[in-house]
Amino acid sequence: MIRVELPGLMSTVQDLGREGFGPLGVSASGAADPIALRIGNRLLGNTEGAAALELTLVGGTFRFETDTWVSLTGSDFDATLDGEPLTTWTAHPVGAGQVLQMRSTRTGARSYLCVSGGIEVPLVLGSASTHVLSALGGLNGRPLRKGDALRTGPCRPPAARRLNPDMAERLAPRRRLRVTDGLQSDWFIKASQRALFEVSFRVTEASDRMGLRLEGSPIESTSQADLITTGVALGAIQVPPGGQPVIVFVEQQTTGGYPVIANVIAADLASVGQLRPRDAVEFELVSQRTARELILEQESWLGSDHLLLQ
Amino acid sequence: MQPPAEPVVAQFQAASDQTLLVSFGDRIARETHDRVRSLLASLQDEPIAATRNLHPAYCSLLIKFDPLRTTHEAIERAVRDRIVRQGATTPPAGRRVEIPLCYGGEFGPDLIPLAELRHLSVEDLIRTHSQTAYTVYFLGFVPGFAYLGAVPDTIAAPRLSSPRRRVEAGSVGIAGRQTGIYPCAVPGGWRLIGRTPLSLFQVERAPMSLLGPGDEVRFRPIGEDEFARIRQGGV
Repeated sequence: MIRVELPGLMSTVQDLGREGFGPLGVSASGAADPIALRIGNRLLGNTEGAAALELTLVGGTFRFETDTWVSLTGSDFDATLDGEPLTTWTAHPVGAGQVLQMRSTRTGARSYLCVSGGIEVPLVLGSASTHVLSALGGLNGRPLRKGDALRTGPCRPPAARRLNPDMAERLAPRRRLRVTDGLQSDWFIKASQRALFEVSFRVTEASDRMGLRLEGSPIESTSQADLITTGVALGAIQVPPGGQPVIVFVEQQTTGGYPVIANVIAADLASVGQLRPRDAVEFELVSQRTARELILEQESWLGSDHLLLQ
Repeated sequence: MQPPAEPVVAQFQAASDQTLLVSFGDRIARETHDRVRSLLASLQDEPIAATRNLHPAYCSLLIKFDPLRTTHEAIERAVRDRIVRQGATTPPAGRRVEIPLCYGGEFGPDLIPLAELRHLSVEDLIRTHSQTAYTVYFLGFVPGFAYLGAVPDTIAAPRLSSPRRRVEAGSVGIAGRQTGIYPCAVPGGWRLIGRTPLSLFQVERAPMSLLGPGDEVRFRPIGEDEFARIRQGGV
């Protein structure tokens, strides 16, 4: 059992999401940085998609009521255990009564606190993920509050001790996101398409798990036609009438009516999960073929035996 | 005698590196939508290998797949085969559902401005909206949000130029020739004309969504007393 002494800014229970309920209007949700969640779980010998805590910008304070193992992956939130610094991407033993304190991020937007055996909450549509907007899943469909108690699964000795430092570079979140053409790329004049690829955008404070709102020089659409509502892909870069793009993210709307100028590739979606308000972001166009090669390559190093060290 | 209309050819487009959009034309019409629903039903009954999710809409279906296990080309081939095999099947029939709706007041802040915009009396607007039978085209946007059509031209109106930051659950809005019911409190730009006390989406209920594709929906005007009574009854 874990007791929440301070909940942090926006802390939720997440796993790899609930795919398959698009026909009900339910989007997948799930960890914003699924790579960090998967590695955190693998360090502990959990299944890759075991539920964990996703912490956003400012972590919380957690008291452990049983002996267990934990890992912290994703961004560095300056964590201490009873005052002693804890390294990220490493499995650590925690004793009953010890207090894990997380602070403000030193790097990206999100940190994952994985626990041996995973966090146990009732599954909703097959997943533990919190969908905050529709109050679905996780702990009562909402972010953590002070005083919450989180049940954890049975504890086992960890599978590994730490990430291979040679792999750290591959895990650094990208600020230059690779994208493929969007469904309505041809609605935008060449100059607007160049505007997307030649200047940087800033992530605004109005960004969340549903979408990242960007600001930069407005992107002009040539078509004033109303788009018929259509399914929306994860990572779609929508351009609403004001010309300021929005990256559709994990708690996405399943359908929408804004033109899509480009779409973030699967291999770079975890990097989107680490973007903070005020971060600068750039885009680079790649072909579908390159996008496919990149996700296959990413999955290959993620699955490699050299990823973790004993 | 008129020759039968040529069926619209399915078009395929990569939406992202892990999704393929299948489109049947680009207009809101029963015939094209029936093809979306038939394909959706077929893919739900017998999923294509390595597909992960389906996002139906008016005249398109977005298919999400696992890019590690399949490709756009393989999904397109499988969908083409399925369409051929299916032939001209009609999608499953829907149910008839009556939705009690309390028009105007704080529940429908855009009712009076919309009547003024369309040069109608409020009574005429309510009569037109409630005497029309709507079809549920699909559920999308957020869990249980039903896209209903078609609103008669006389009461159709574009979205608000500036969306509200919060629209309460149960609110009924108009956007173009669509009308819809917000199942949970979310930001939204549809013109709000009233609110229903019914709960549109509950995970612990079977079925979870009050409305499903193909259902025929009518709105029954109710007063605030009945709204409160139904809400209390926990329907």
